[in-house]
Amino acid sequence: MNLSEHASILIVVIPLVASFINIFLIFLKRSLCYPFFVLVLGICFALSIDILYTVINFGTVRYKLGGWMPPWGIEYVIDYLNAYVIVIVSSISFIIAIYSKDSVKKEITKARLPYFYSTYLLLTTGLLGITITGDIFNLYVFLEIASLSAYALIAIGEKRSVLASYNYIIMGTIGACFYLLGVGYIYIITGSLNINDLTRLLPSMYESKVTLTALAFFVVGIAIKIALFPLHRWLPDSYTFAPSAVSAFASATVTKVGIYVLIRISFTLFEPRFLTEITPLSNMLIWWATIAIFFGSIIAIGQTDFKRTLSYILIAEIGYMVLGANLGNKEGFIGAVLHMLNDAVMIACLFMIAGGIFYRVGSRNLEDFNGLNKNMPITMSAFTIAALSMIGIPPTAGFFSKWYLILGAIEARHWISASALIFSSLVNAFIFFKLLEKVYFGKNVGVLKYNFRELPLSMMIPILIMALAILIIGFYSGEIISSVIKFTVPAGF
Amino acid sequence: MEIIIGKYNYWIYISLMMIGFYAMIAKKNLVKKLVGMNIFQTAIILFFISTAYKKDATIPILVKSQEAINPAQYINPLPHVLMLTAIVVMVSTFGVALAVIMMIYKQYKTLDEDEIIEILKKKK
Repeated sequence: MNLSEHASILIVVIPLVASFINIFLIFLKRSLCYPFFVLVLGICFALSIDILYTVINFGTVRYKLGGWMPPWGIEYVIDYLNAYVIVIVSSISFIIAIYSKDSVKKEITKARLPYFYSTYLLLTTGLLGITITGDIFNLYVFLEIASLSAYALIAIGEKRSVLASYNYIIMGTIGACFYLLGVGYIYIITGSLNINDLTRLLPSMYESKVTLTALAFFVVGIAIKIALFPLHRWLPDSYTFAPSAVSAFASATVTKVGIYVLIRISFTLFEPRFLTEITPLSNMLIWWATIAIFFGSIIAIGQTDFKRTLSYILIAEIGYMVLGANLGNKEGFIGAVLHMLNDAVMIACLFMIAGGIFYRVGSRNLEDFNGLNKNMPITMSAFTIAALSMIGIPPTAGFFSKWYLILGAIEARHWISASALIFSSLVNAFIFFKLLEKVYFGKNVGVLKYNFRELPLSMMIPILIMALAILIIGFYSGEIISSVIKFTVPAGF
Repeated sequence: MEIIIGKYNYWIYISLMMIGFYAMIAKKNLVKKLVGMNIFQTAIILFFISTAYKKDATIPILVKSQEAINPAQYINPLPHVLMLTAIVVMVSTFGVALAVIMMIYKQYKTLDEDEIIEILKKKK
């Protein structure tokens, strides 16, 4: 049996099965749980690289589950966009799995650790499944697997996380149910659930009200899942009170995968002309995203809690990606897809650093950052790189995607969106320079404020890998665009 | 009149969904919100099953001896299958939500949203 032929199904099945095996490992030997957990995610990472390699060299991969022919059976379709998102999700889940070893020990009781690993594996399964599947109902099932494990992971955080998790459950269920209704309407009108089949069937039904209703349900449902501005209420609380490893993982991947689904539905399921000519959806989403960028940035300034600041910045970043994808030109779309990678790396890095500071200082308050440079110089240099990237200063990754997004906005003659992007960069500059000043020139410079040193290696190495990744992605962003992202741009642009 | 009576199942689905939606948003008690969520999800099941229904049709089990298969004789099995999966998802959502509610009750000794917000304010 050729392994790489079945890589697309193995990448979903391995973490799913492993999450159950992990629970049985408790009875065998507790200390085995963690190495097993990291090993499984390592395998997923290797498989994702293999899938990307296959897609680049041999084109779109189609995998028929159980040998059933599509439109009847479930089909896994992997093109450039899928492969790209799969690599993002699996690499970040792998790196944060390494990071979680020491970070989680401090925040979760020891008895619960194996369950944490199992739920984490389930979340990875869900996210990879959403990205890989070519069937809209199958996508719903994976969406719920991912959401359910995210609810559970968030609830094991600090005291207030339980209430945050409850709000997330209510909001998330509404989102998922709207998505399911969308699937229902699409099924009524076409009688098919396969995305490729629907791409062929739908154009003749663009005038129908049922198609419009389905699109409306899809967009609102996914907007809740990705926390697009007025529907963002669940996000700041959840990511603030969740365990640090979970905030880092969920913030980096859950929203990106949601944006992937939005792009898939708007540009593969429907044609770009449906969104621009027949419905004003693209235009609506541009305004919606622009407001989200302004709102997220402005609220982020006023926060005193580091993780909450990051959550609001994340809401603005979600606006970036939705904006770029809907601008209707090549630059904007490339910017949005590149930003999915950059934002995942940057926000994961910053949340990991927030977790590191919490690990040593025991606080997330911005006031406690004074003079931290003396205590943990290496972590703080990683923080500087991530912060500069968030602002968008050249050699770092954040600059390139923002550059493309602004180019796209200018080409679409959408001046307010372009100014929103620049405004958000300025706000990020304000927030992060203030923090960097505190870290490097804060009140306690010269004396050690706290009596600790650097983070343990298992936390520091993942943070450094992420910081290096920001620089490397920055230097090679041209390569990434020409070898992968260029091919994700939908045909109509 | 025709559109109301002829498609009454869809009207019931919409009204059930709105009742559930209202409860999820407006009710203050966390368990009542959850009940609203369940009604909301059940409405979706009703919607899917309605789409599968055909007049005078039977269950889709093929008998080998039959000669020709007439699709109009059988109801559409696919929405039923989808709903089986969706029911599983809904039950697990409900389970997770109940577990979370138990944790909330242990912490705050109440399930009323306003009272919980009061407690959180006092802590600050």
